[in-house]
Amino acid sequence: MTSALTTSADAPGADAPGGAPAVRISHVHKSFGRPGAQTHVLDDITLDVAPGEFVTLLGASGCGKSTLLNLVADLDQPTRGTIEVTGGRPALMFQEHALFPWLTAGKNIELALKLAGVPRPERRAEAERLLELVRLDGAYGKRVHELSGGMRQRVAMARALAQGSKVLLMDEPFAALDAITRDVLHDEITRIWAERKLSVLFVTHNVREAVRLAQRVVLLSSRPGRVAREWRIDLPQPRRIESAGVADLSIEITEELRGEIRRHGQH
Amino acid sequence: MASTDTTPVLDQDDEAARGANDTDTAGVGAGLDALDSVAAQRSSLGEVLRGKALPPLIGVLVVLALWQAAYSLHLTSSYKLPSPADVWHSAQDLWYQGTLFSIVWTSVWRGLSGFLLAVVIGTPIGLLVARIRPVRTAIGPVLQGLQSLPSVAWVPAAVIWLGINDSMMYAVILLGAVPSIANGLVAGIDQVPPLFLRAGRTIGATGLTGARHILIPAALPGYLAGLKQGWAFSWRSLMAAELVASSPDLGRGLGRFLEDQRELSDMSGVLLGIVLILFVGIAIELLVFTPVERRVLRNRGLLAATK
Repeated sequence: MTSALTTSADAPGADAPGGAPAVRISHVHKSFGRPGAQTHVLDDITLDVAPGEFVTLLGASGCGKSTLLNLVADLDQPTRGTIEVTGGRPALMFQEHALFPWLTAGKNIELALKLAGVPRPERRAEAERLLELVRLDGAYGKRVHELSGGMRQRVAMARALAQGSKVLLMDEPFAALDAITRDVLHDEITRIWAERKLSVLFVTHNVREAVRLAQRVVLLSSRPGRVAREWRIDLPQPRRIESAGVADLSIEITEELRGEIRRHGQH
Repeated sequence: MASTDTTPVLDQDDEAARGANDTDTAGVGAGLDALDSVAAQRSSLGEVLRGKALPPLIGVLVVLALWQAAYSLHLTSSYKLPSPADVWHSAQDLWYQGTLFSIVWTSVWRGLSGFLLAVVIGTPIGLLVARIRPVRTAIGPVLQGLQSLPSVAWVPAAVIWLGINDSMMYAVILLGAVPSIANGLVAGIDQVPPLFLRAGRTIGATGLTGARHILIPAALPGYLAGLKQGWAFSWRSLMAAELVASSPDLGRGLGRFLEDQRELSDMSGVLLGIVLILFVGIAIELLVFTPVERRVLRNRGLLAATK
């Protein structure tokens, strides 16, 4: 589809093939525990996320996908291997909204702006702009407990964007939401990703969600986590999670995922 | 689509569809927000008075009625159990002598200044115990044990060390209140969800910045509970010290007043002393701690809507 390539030309800094990736994970190993009694969680993971690319990491529990995300977020160090992220500390969203309940929605965002070095006079307006981006105009003064689950996750998204990083890491951010809200947030993250030209690494165990969102789905095997297979998703965005294209690919990927899980029952 | 293509930009053919979809999403999203939002309710003054002020008032009236009944039925001799009216007259006498205020103020001043000193000392101790593992292992258990030691047990030691003077009073207050305040802060910090600390680190709040913006505000509810208990312990310790220590150099506080009335076998004076001590304790808690605590909890959505 050439039209997509044409459009990408006016996306500044977007994927010149061969340009520096937004995230480069090279030969990363991670084990926990004392030497001799170690659990290998990640085994030789090599994975790039191109600038502006949306990649989902898919795997059953125990595949170390959250561990990998923590390593990329610099919350933990790999045992071996290197991780490079361009543009400084990446933004991270959790399954729980992780908003600070002693601050209002707006002040949560302003705290991230402050720590990112945005001068005080600009913070308020920037926080309002980010709330508008996630369609929560008017929620500035709301307390966290006054917001619904979906609204909290959108404020969390705005706070993550406030860090100013082009790289967004998402750790099952919609897993705790009901299906209708999740559907809406899929549309929103697709829109914001395109508008802001973000590079996204999105962890999930939901195959349809992975296919709905990503340009590339990376399947990890479990214990230890290895890259098992990759799929490039060429379906045009915006996709619908219940569309035939998404369903067909999901069936294929689910088969593969079930195969990975079955291997563990055999020994 | 070429397999090397990683453009985030949407297909132009789909621009129209995208626009329609976008409006649709916005509409559904706004609908969900409206359905899910919790409307914060605040009750009117009349409801507050009826719900919050009436029950304790009735409680007090019931106690007074029972007391009066016991007196009227002559359950015991009236020098052991004077009537509520007798106690009220003692209070009036004290008021006309002009000493009521000075007695109460002497104790309140000692109690509050001792408490503030305990906050200044207890807070850094709490921070050190909470955040530095060897310190916690070393003095954590002792600090917890000290909470169960009645502070009146310190009075004889304080008298021998410091003599009968104000320093001895403050020493007893500190020994009573510092452990509660420090322990409250430790509990508050221990209960901070690790998720907040991780979220703080990802937005760049580490070290002292992290302590200021994440750790301390997150620990505030536990800390406030510790402060409240610290005040209760300050007040109790002070009363114990005032009851035991007698010296003309010391100002006459509530504890001293109580002991003086016992020596005079003036039971209505003794009861008045008890009522005043109770009254001050409750008043400080209601006027100072309860509003602050409620405000903090309400802001965080931690206040259950009890009616």
